Amino acid sequence: MLQERIPDLSQCVEPDRVRKEVYTDPQIFELEMQRIHERYWVYCGHESQVPKPGDYTTVQIGRQPLLLVRGKDKGVHVLYNRCPHRGNMMCGDRHGNTGEFFRCSYHAWTFQHDGMLRSIPMMEAGYAGTRYGKDNPDCSMKKAARVESYRGFVFASLAEDGPTLLEFLGASKIAFDDMCDRAPAGEVEIVPNCFRVIQHSNWKIFLENQLDALHPSVVHQSTGRAAHEVEKDIAKKTGKAPLSYHMLSAFATVTIDKWDNFQTLNYPYGHCILTGYMGLRPKDPDTLAYEKVMHKAYGKARTEEILGVNIHHVLIYPGLSVQSPLQQLRAVRPLGVDKTLTEIWHFRLKGAPEPIYRRSLAYYNLVNSPATLINADDLENFWKCHQGLASDGGDWVSFGRFHGRDIEKNGVVETGPNMGTSEAPMRNQMKAWADYMGSGR
Amino acid sequence: MSVKAQHDAEQFLYRQAALLDDKRWQDWIDLFTADGVYWMPPDASYQTWDGQPAIFAEDRDLMAVRMKRVLHPDAWSQKPLWGTNHVVSNVIVDKAAKNGDLVVRSRFHMLELRRDDVRHFAGQYTHHLKKAKGGYRIKLQRVDMTNAQAAYDYVLQVWV
Repeated sequence: MLQERIPDLSQCVEPDRVRKEVYTDPQIFELEMQRIHERYWVYCGHESQVPKPGDYTTVQIGRQPLLLVRGKDKGVHVLYNRCPHRGNMMCGDRHGNTGEFFRCSYHAWTFQHDGMLRSIPMMEAGYAGTRYGKDNPDCSMKKAARVESYRGFVFASLAEDGPTLLEFLGASKIAFDDMCDRAPAGEVEIVPNCFRVIQHSNWKIFLENQLDALHPSVVHQSTGRAAHEVEKDIAKKTGKAPLSYHMLSAFATVTIDKWDNFQTLNYPYGHCILTGYMGLRPKDPDTLAYEKVMHKAYGKARTEEILGVNIHHVLIYPGLSVQSPLQQLRAVRPLGVDKTLTEIWHFRLKGAPEPIYRRSLAYYNLVNSPATLINADDLENFWKCHQGLASDGGDWVSFGRFHGRDIEKNGVVETGPNMGTSEAPMRNQMKAWADYMGSGR
Repeated sequence: MSVKAQHDAEQFLYRQAALLDDKRWQDWIDLFTADGVYWMPPDASYQTWDGQPAIFAEDRDLMAVRMKRVLHPDAWSQKPLWGTNHVVSNVIVDKAAKNGDLVVRSRFHMLELRRDDVRHFAGQYTHHLKKAKGGYRIKLQRVDMTNAQAAYDYVLQVWV
């Protein structure tokens, strides 16, 4: 039993290292699902994913199968994907439209979009004098304990108590502000396609990689070099290669030492921000046309503020990785201790000219599709990482890079100047992990 | 439809698949016209690759990036033993223009080995072929994977 092997989980995490079991033990994984994913705010989807009444999409929170559904009242509901009668799954498709109401495929119980029982076949004859009926809440589909949305991004918590969504997000809400503010209309809409890729590694390995500024120039060297060669060829022929080549070649042209110029900001609950970007504000005609539309919508000063936001990546623990300047979002769904699903979405800036959409679309296709030129090598490393951790070749994972040189101000840990490759984000995530797991509730 | 067009189309598709299985990347890229595109949509309902999410949407420049990456000594994911085996069949010549251009549909099965693991893919090819000296060139190769909408267990590294 876990109790005997690891009596105190808090001993698994030291300030600069973590026990390997944290990544490989199936019982620790079950506890993580209970104490983290099924308690705190987890991303369900974007409101524009379910525009019409009855539109639904399935979503997994921890081990729980749920539905995000648009009601007739225009509200968005999050329900367990389960019929209260015999436990049947309600919706068998990944997404769709359920029509006027949900109807169970087994005994035809029907429910409103908010989960309330609507009818049971021959209800009066079959259930008169029993405890079952419309007045019994156990006869309705169970709702997620709490649902909140911020700028169109819907989150659910399966626990009745705990921080509100905004308290939980804290400074990391900038992921959504930065994304939406870049739209002249102040909001984004989903591009209706989800790339889904399975990684054979623990979910935390992916999260730790997202703000790891040292790995790109090692792991993505092959793609960076290849893209840089072709970029130069195109420039020779036509004068200027499309920006998408720069997005790839930067992995090689930004050398290891330059990644130290970046900075990470590390927040409570394990959230982190990586600042700095690879030149997404060029002065080409497309960008200038976009800036003109932005000036019209916001005025010059506010536009400068918006476009000056200096973010590369925001990590919202325990399962969301957002690249706001490129409108990309990756939701992380742990499927098992060594199996993780990523769901990758792209958003359109409402009111922005078409070329701006196409620019971030190019990144979505090249970096985030199932034929990615980038993540292929990440996934290979994640798998190797998990293989090594599952062995008895060592007991610890080290997060010692620039340890002791972080700067802490008001609960926020900043990496020191020119220490962008610090492992502070991993230390911060594991500190939060120990707090979540130690709460033991 | 002439028997010759059917035969020529079949031979072309077999050779296309053989170049992939033999990892003759540059020879494979050279099958494409200067403006040729390799396209794998994420959904069969898509009508164009332009301005849409795509698993692959590559012109010859992007194909060159993919080839150079795969050949780079530090393409970590390509280090382990890997290989593919394509079988192309059910070849239907949908259109044969007077100038010799063809639109050809076919079905493929592809087995991929990586380390000790086998993956299996299948789907439909649609080829828009331009008549050229000594055969055809590909204007558009559309690949509709049967599992396009299913989660990918690991990713695709080279063209299917």
